[in-house]
Amino acid sequence: MNSEPTRNDSLWQPDRQASRTSEAIVRTIFGAFALVSVLTTIGIVGTLIFEMFEFFQEVPFWNFLTDDQWTPLFPTAEFGIFVLISATARTSTIAVAIALPLGLFAAIFLSEYAGPKTRQIVKPLLEVLAGIPSVVFGYFALLFVTPLLQSFIPILQGFNALSAGLVLGISITPLVASLSEDAIFAVPRSLRDGAYALGATKREAIVSVVLPAALSGIVSSIILAVSRAIGETMIVTLAAGQNPSLGLNPFVPIMTMTAFIVQVSLGDTPAGSLAYKTIFAVGMTLFLLTLVLNIFSFWFVRRFREKYD
Amino acid sequence: MNTPNTSGSSLESQAAKFEVDISSRYRTDSIFKTLTWLAISIALLVLATLIVDVLFDGLPFVNWDFLTNFPSRKPERAGLLSALAGTIWVMVTVAVIAFPLGVGAGIFLEEFAEDNWFTRAIEININNLAGVPSIIYGLLGLQVFVRVFGPNGWFYELTLAIKESVYQLLVEAFGNNSMLLQWVYGLLTDADGQITGVDITGGRSIITGGLTLALLVLPIVIVSTRESLRAVPDSLRLAGFALGATRWQVVRDQIMPMAFPGVLTGTILALSRAIGETAPLITIGALTFISFLPENLQSPFTVLPIQIYNWVSRPQKDFHDLAAGGIIVLLVVLLVMNSTAVLLRNKLQKRF
Amino acid sequence: MVNESAQIATEPALRAENLNVYYGSTLAVREVNLKIPKNKVVAFIGPSGCGKSTVLRCFNRMNDLIPTARVTGTISFQGTNLYAPSVDPVELRRRIGMVFQKPNPFPKSIYNNIAFGARINGYKGDMDELVEMSLRRAAIWDEVKDKLQESGLALSGGQQQRLCIARAIAIAPEIILMDEPCSALDPISTLKVEELIHELKQQYTIVIVTHNMQQASRVSDLTAFYNAEALEGGSKVGYLVEYDRTTSIFHNPAEKATQDYVSGRFG
Repeated sequence: MNSEPTRNDSLWQPDRQASRTSEAIVRTIFGAFALVSVLTTIGIVGTLIFEMFEFFQEVPFWNFLTDDQWTPLFPTAEFGIFVLISATARTSTIAVAIALPLGLFAAIFLSEYAGPKTRQIVKPLLEVLAGIPSVVFGYFALLFVTPLLQSFIPILQGFNALSAGLVLGISITPLVASLSEDAIFAVPRSLRDGAYALGATKREAIVSVVLPAALSGIVSSIILAVSRAIGETMIVTLAAGQNPSLGLNPFVPIMTMTAFIVQVSLGDTPAGSLAYKTIFAVGMTLFLLTLVLNIFSFWFVRRFREKYD
Repeated sequence: MNTPNTSGSSLESQAAKFEVDISSRYRTDSIFKTLTWLAISIALLVLATLIVDVLFDGLPFVNWDFLTNFPSRKPERAGLLSALAGTIWVMVTVAVIAFPLGVGAGIFLEEFAEDNWFTRAIEININNLAGVPSIIYGLLGLQVFVRVFGPNGWFYELTLAIKESVYQLLVEAFGNNSMLLQWVYGLLTDADGQITGVDITGGRSIITGGLTLALLVLPIVIVSTRESLRAVPDSLRLAGFALGATRWQVVRDQIMPMAFPGVLTGTILALSRAIGETAPLITIGALTFISFLPENLQSPFTVLPIQIYNWVSRPQKDFHDLAAGGIIVLLVVLLVMNSTAVLLRNKLQKRF
Repeated sequence: MVNESAQIATEPALRAENLNVYYGSTLAVREVNLKIPKNKVVAFIGPSGCGKSTVLRCFNRMNDLIPTARVTGTISFQGTNLYAPSVDPVELRRRIGMVFQKPNPFPKSIYNNIAFGARINGYKGDMDELVEMSLRRAAIWDEVKDKLQESGLALSGGQQQRLCIARAIAIAPEIILMDEPCSALDPISTLKVEELIHELKQQYTIVIVTHNMQQASRVSDLTAFYNAEALEGGSKVGYLVEYDRTTSIFHNPAEKATQDYVSGRFG
């Protein structure tokens, strides 16, 4: 018996045609799967534009921008989108005011001060916080935080922007923390060493050298958090109320853009009715706001990312 | 130095101008460090408070009856059965849709696609989709799956018109009583003998919810698939090619088995994101009060988060406690899923 | 062996005695004894892993930043042990500056790269003047004077390294440590940095680690040759073989290992 694998050609006859065919089939199918994401985008944009166009057939664009009431379901309907935007702005501003310092300082703690053991415990706990469904945060905001705050702030109403914003802020803190930590982690050691060699303390090295070097990542994490806060639905629906009110007061019930969409969806709204079209007009506004933020974040990272090799 | 400036010698005399107030700098350092510690403590304290609050309110309600009763207007008899069943139905649907689509797309982008404008456009698009608020997906589901492909929707009307014209053509061509016409008529009509259009989703149904959430989590599955594939060393691919294997043979036999635990972890995490989603399902019109079990993909449904939302938004305290009980069940489901994912991830890390 | 006569009789800028460095429980460098005389350039040479950079990093306590690193023995600087509990590493690093292997300008303007160290160390003089002085001193002023507000990262590699030297000078240190400052630079930039070292030794004591023996012979007055020996279990420990005038090390070394190394037979 021959001790070597044979080179006899008659024994090596791969079915090249079959492999080529299966390769082509797999490639086509998986390529089509990849296209689903493009179709999703087309579906979203198409849907929103189509219904928004229908909406503006009935409601003048000028009224949409300038009315100071939002009463689309009343007989004397008014469509001042800024009533809803002012509500979203209130909850989001409070949320970011909470999430920015908490998330950034938490990221600094994790990347610079925490020992490996502490990190091993704290990081999974932050992931748990990040994984809590928003309806649970909504429960917490409405039934725990609001009563708690009311004992300090008697004028605080049962539904209000403050509790919703605070809890919303806590819910996006892990996002800011983990993305900022990634950015801080990416700053090369040599820069820290450079700062220490000049006689910088740890805080001076962090604040003056590491954070500026990680700026693009940190800013993009914050922008992402803002966009998450704007699009968040359940916390603000449950805790901030269903009461459209223009202004800046965080103590009264308000209605955010997302809360309005929920309110209409819960009722039985026939397709083609004005209320149905209204939620798409509001959805389009929401989509555009988050799209602008995403594009800005993309641009900012491109423009300000320092390249270290 | 050959510059006219004589600063060289004066530079050394600068040393006297440094007033290194080291103790005040260290004081600021320790305040700073305390702040970072405080930030993480606040975040974790809120988490602990939330969990304790939920357990305190809800634990007395979590028992076998709570899991096996339908919702009721009487708090003491209300249960989660229909929500649990709905959640399971929807999650299986999401998994069946999102797993093949996401993994296939991930393999295509990572292993097959050339680096050209088209691939880059898909990548940017996926990144952007990850930033779209979930309620917008609800609007997409409402319009496309409920309206276009649902009962009496655009697709229904289209198929109805096609069927009717086919029938008319056959009547004109072969007369009313031919054998062929009888047979075709049987194909075109429903049980009541009526010609109907095709209703794919059944409106505000499980399949609509599953499709909507599948599209929502698709970017997560794609991204985690790509990361797992990237973690497989290139030397394995080259070894496969060197033996004369095609790309698909290499991916199927060498790469995927290595990447699979990572892919599975990503899919589970995507599902656990989907399981807690409320807003898109409310938008497509999932019901908030259901006292029957779903029978098929076109059945109406509710899910755990919606049931919780429904109970929280009622004014009575008893329902709030029921909501806390529902939250406990939801969190336990999430905990089980995430632990599975973490275990898989640890197993994966050991293999490399 | 260490040639005592080579070491000038006046009080040295730095004196290491029985210096041992450990990483965790492994000994990385053992029993280094040497004196760095004032206003001289001392080169550390030797094969990779011989601990020359490790010793250098002891002089400004950069090793403190590695959690597992531990140092025994003493390093005297102006009569005090650097590792005494009373010595603060942050304060120390203001007085013993360092330039790194890879140019590491901060992602800030050229001006702020220089001003940073001065600001944190409470500089009370005129900042513009200090920035100009430092940049002139590092022979880079003419190249950057019109773009002080541009990013330090926009400069070429050689310019970046001179910027880092200027940054180190700006806080008026007494000693400058250089850890292979030219290894990432092209030959022309290397030459400029070497010229600069010549200029700087009028005012500063310089310790330079280098892989490049020609460089050591060109810029230094004294040269310390380090070598490594393998221990049981596969780890290596570095030690000081010979320390003498540079001319002696390169032309008339006392040790065979030094002779072999400088003539290119290993390393």
